[in-house]
Amino acid sequence: MRPVEQFTNVDRRSFLKVSLLASGALMIGCGRLDPEQAVETEKDTWIPNLYVRIDTDGKITIVSKNPEAGQGVKTAFPMVVAECLNVDWKDVSVEQAPLDDRYGRQAIGGSWGTPDGWDDLRVAGTAARQLLVSAAAEEWGVSPDTCKAESGVVVHEASGRSARYETLLETAASLPVPDVADLDLKSRPSDFSLLGTFVPGVDNPQILTGQPLFGSDLRLDNMLYAVFEKSPTYKGKLRDANVEEIRKLPGVTHAFVVEGTDDPRGLQPGVAIVATTWWEANSARKRLRINWETSQSDASSDYEQQAEVLRGETGEILRSDGNIDEALDNAGKVVEASYYYPFVSHANMEPQNCTAHYRESGQLELWAPSQNPKSGRALISQTLGIPEDKIHVNLMRIGGGFGRRLRNDFMVEAAWIAREIRQPVQLQWTREDDMRHDFYRPAAWHHFKAGLDDDGRMIAFDHHFITFGANGETVSGADLSPKHYPAGLVPNFRLRQSIIETNVPTGPWRSPGHSAYCWSYQSFFDEVALAAGHDPLEFRLDLLSRSYGETQIDRQRASDVLKLAAAKAGWGTRELDANHDLGIAFHYDHGGYVAYVVEVVADGSFVEVEKVFAAVDIGPVINLSGAKNQVEGGFVDGLSTANLEITFANGAAQQSNFSDYELLRIGQAPEIECHFIQSDNRPSGLGEPPIAPAAPAICNAIFAATGKRVRTLPFSRSGISI
Amino acid sequence: MSNVTLKINGQAVTVDAPSDMPLLWALRDKLNLTGTKYSCGIGVCGSCTVLVNGIPMRSCVMPAISMAGMEITTIEGLDPAGEHPVQKAWNEEDVPQCGYCQTGQILTASALLRQNPNPSDEDIDGAMAGVLCRCGTYHRIRKAIKLAASYAAETGGES
Repeated sequence: MRPVEQFTNVDRRSFLKVSLLASGALMIGCGRLDPEQAVETEKDTWIPNLYVRIDTDGKITIVSKNPEAGQGVKTAFPMVVAECLNVDWKDVSVEQAPLDDRYGRQAIGGSWGTPDGWDDLRVAGTAARQLLVSAAAEEWGVSPDTCKAESGVVVHEASGRSARYETLLETAASLPVPDVADLDLKSRPSDFSLLGTFVPGVDNPQILTGQPLFGSDLRLDNMLYAVFEKSPTYKGKLRDANVEEIRKLPGVTHAFVVEGTDDPRGLQPGVAIVATTWWEANSARKRLRINWETSQSDASSDYEQQAEVLRGETGEILRSDGNIDEALDNAGKVVEASYYYPFVSHANMEPQNCTAHYRESGQLELWAPSQNPKSGRALISQTLGIPEDKIHVNLMRIGGGFGRRLRNDFMVEAAWIAREIRQPVQLQWTREDDMRHDFYRPAAWHHFKAGLDDDGRMIAFDHHFITFGANGETVSGADLSPKHYPAGLVPNFRLRQSIIETNVPTGPWRSPGHSAYCWSYQSFFDEVALAAGHDPLEFRLDLLSRSYGETQIDRQRASDVLKLAAAKAGWGTRELDANHDLGIAFHYDHGGYVAYVVEVVADGSFVEVEKVFAAVDIGPVINLSGAKNQVEGGFVDGLSTANLEITFANGAAQQSNFSDYELLRIGQAPEIECHFIQSDNRPSGLGEPPIAPAAPAICNAIFAATGKRVRTLPFSRSGISI
Repeated sequence: MSNVTLKINGQAVTVDAPSDMPLLWALRDKLNLTGTKYSCGIGVCGSCTVLVNGIPMRSCVMPAISMAGMEITTIEGLDPAGEHPVQKAWNEEDVPQCGYCQTGQILTASALLRQNPNPSDEDIDGAMAGVLCRCGTYHRIRKAIKLAASYAAETGGES
């Protein structure tokens, strides 16, 4: 290996490293560091967090550091490299990296993959192209400016000479690495030829033929299968269990008590049963008798009673602009309504699982479908006392993330069992384990009061948010930003918060918070608009036309998606069929702007969501297929989830499988028409933004069609069938 | 434990399985055919679908020993090259998101097209109702089935 290195500390904080490998392949590495880190980091030891390799046979490989859960990053990232390197898409492939600190952030969540990778991918691809052009120019004794690169070939038109990239690798590696600041990066949709087109997913060939890909598909020599029984109620302690009897059952190789820890996100107390097949382990589990000590008895009915009491209190004031009391007193009209949505589960199709092997050397290897493997490794290290450098984590394709796999309880369970039995083992949760031991999206109550002036403009907005917490602090996924829309758009604004104590585990659930409270805001604004005698679209646009202080929203981008969705749906202009009606809503989160107009057909209380007109601004679209998939899937998720609830009694979830937590089926899924505003803004992620405005657009259409305002979810609790 | 000879993807294989072991676990843990997925375990989600004599069935609730003599097709056997009209259409429309449920979707769609080469939206919704997709790829499943129908028509109706 003959390394040629140069580090360039530019304002984009990007670095490049170019090497010629022993195989003759050219390796371009790129990454970003914090300025403090950059100073501390020695030139020789710094290693890029993105690699692009050009092999001598012309194949181009990029290493994908983030796990794939269906959000499409494993296809979108190599597309960006192909675009900037000017090569044919078919010549690019992608390798999944294991967990490795040198790659920097390796987590999927917060729709962060695209914004995180956008610069590195373009810098690496563009630098590689420039180096190859310079290499050809040097070999031909011409100026690089007179050469161009296309489809993996450098061409000098004046002399008719051309050279494929793979013939230029050695020369390219000997040249000075280009200065990142001098790279001419493609940034705008008008610069792109591959980006913005429809490209099928790179893992499709394996998915469509059933080849091993997911965590639970892994098969290792001498591998055993495990189940893990935990307390049926949250925070239960284990007194004793009949593990001796279980060990004698067919196929069972091990059965033992795991004392566990008090960390509800970590290793909980339970019994592990290991067998030669999963079926035998799970069959033995049915004979398990555990004596549990239960410490609490959370129940949905108690929560409801507490919420009713708290409603009468002021709560903690999180933000107060203007004078809300005076403004409401003086308002020409006051509109008041209360909204409630329940706890919901992530319900990934692939139940939690993890494979682990503890070797006598003290090394622990895991194969984990985790959204945040780094925190899983830290949890294992802390719980098992194994140094992090002895834990190796392979990232497996994830059968649905939605935020559930940001928690790594399944990883630490597999690690513990593997160390006990000293043999490769695959822990596979049942569907019931998965639904009963989720980190749910919390329920909440929203009590709204809006004051209108004589022109019907909203000049006062009071909001009492009743949510869940522990020790007086909101639990994960249960907070509400005081900066959030419509804060800053109404002169008199107040946000109050009250907390119900809970033992139920909660966590991020696809577009945390937004996917829940957007429904109540956007439904209530419809009520306010209609009470004011305004068109719901015009009311929203008017609200976005004013500013009274700090707001997170780009009002122009929000207005543009609303107008586009309305135009495509024929809002206010199209003659609708009998019993057909429209509803509108929009939202901004994770950098993306999404508006929906939903067309429903009503027959009494039975409502069919027939067609959806979506308008989306996430900046430039990278993969049109992946982007549309997120919008289509995000809408369906919003519709499906608005029809679901998890309830609690005696400290446990009452739902446990798809028979009592019924996801949407194909006949209920609408036709979705998706329109993108390809703005010149930096691209943002799309895993989350499409979900939040779905439920309110549907409910606003339901009101238009039936006159029934859905203020309680799921739909069934408001007398609506979907 | 009982010995049972199963005919899977055209090959006879003998499996030594507990008498109550569902076909799903015989496939996954005894034969390492992991394309058939576990998700609900009670026959309501369709991720574990296999074709039994051409009919989509839930392998998570059918004991393996009851399957002797039946022609079982798993996703691995549909067309390992991925050239089946349904597989081609699925790639063309880029149906999968996470991909976990797609085994059940593809096998169910292939059975539908064999029985009904030109299904309407209603036919599709009826035939596919038993297979859940958490990612919400339903919109594309409808499109892909229609595309697969057109491929099959071009090649003489064999799907």
